[in-house]
Amino acid sequence: MATVLFYVFAGLALLGALMMVTRANPVAAVLWLVASFFGLAGIYTLLHAYFVGVIQVLVYAGAIMVLFLFVIMLLNLGHPNDPRDFRGPTWRGIGLAAAVALALVLGLAILDLRLPLGRQAGLQALLARLEQQGVVGAVGVAMYTDFAVPLQITGLLLLVAIVGAIVLAKRDF
Amino acid sequence: MVTDVVPLPVVLTLSGLLFAIGAGGVLVRRNAIIVFACIELMLNAVNLAFVGLAPHAGFEGQVIVFFVIAVAAAEAAVGLALIIAVFRHALSVDLENFRLLRW
Repeated sequence: MATVLFYVFAGLALLGALMMVTRANPVAAVLWLVASFFGLAGIYTLLHAYFVGVIQVLVYAGAIMVLFLFVIMLLNLGHPNDPRDFRGPTWRGIGLAAAVALALVLGLAILDLRLPLGRQAGLQALLARLEQQGVVGAVGVAMYTDFAVPLQITGLLLLVAIVGAIVLAKRDF
Repeated sequence: MVTDVVPLPVVLTLSGLLFAIGAGGVLVRRNAIIVFACIELMLNAVNLAFVGLAPHAGFEGQVIVFFVIAVAAAEAAVGLALIIAVFRHALSVDLENFRLLRW
């Protein structure tokens, strides 16, 4: 059952990604990307990353993609389906070739993978940790102990981004 | 005994395919907002690889995903502000207009 669900969500994620790249209307493209992110949220949940799945829906599909849609509608884009939105045949060939080459290189790297990878590896260890500390607690404890410095730096980054976004959007260039 | 839903290579292959689609989209599209959305897709493909590897290489993979999401949110805010600034100047979000730093 879980395996079938995985392939359904994987199909949704891939379909959403392909439709996003090929739609000319920006609103349709971003909505397909939201569908792709919902598929990814389902996959995260199936892979025992329950909190990541929730945050994917709340923050990514809910907040970041709404920001994209808001900007598209604020700038009033996508009324005429602009053919200039896609590059010419040369660039399309380059894009397709680059995507296929990238997929092949990544595929070769995946074939080369040797398991297990870590000292405390194993699904049992992960599930025991989630059971012991709680689904949110497992992430929270790690974030405030092992990842305390990156957490502070991320806070600073978000502050700089807020100030930068306001300065850029308010000033007339 | 709990087992994996799917083998790790399947998850990593899906991640690689999504990343390749995103990279192809960046090269093919001209609309700055769609190019930006393709970059978000590539970030999500990497997140999927982190989550998929978490049972095999340590729980830290799931924690790093949150940092990636935070950086993506910061990047989206600044990037969309840049797009609005360029749109005010050129009345278009075509990537041709992003050439202030080009030699």
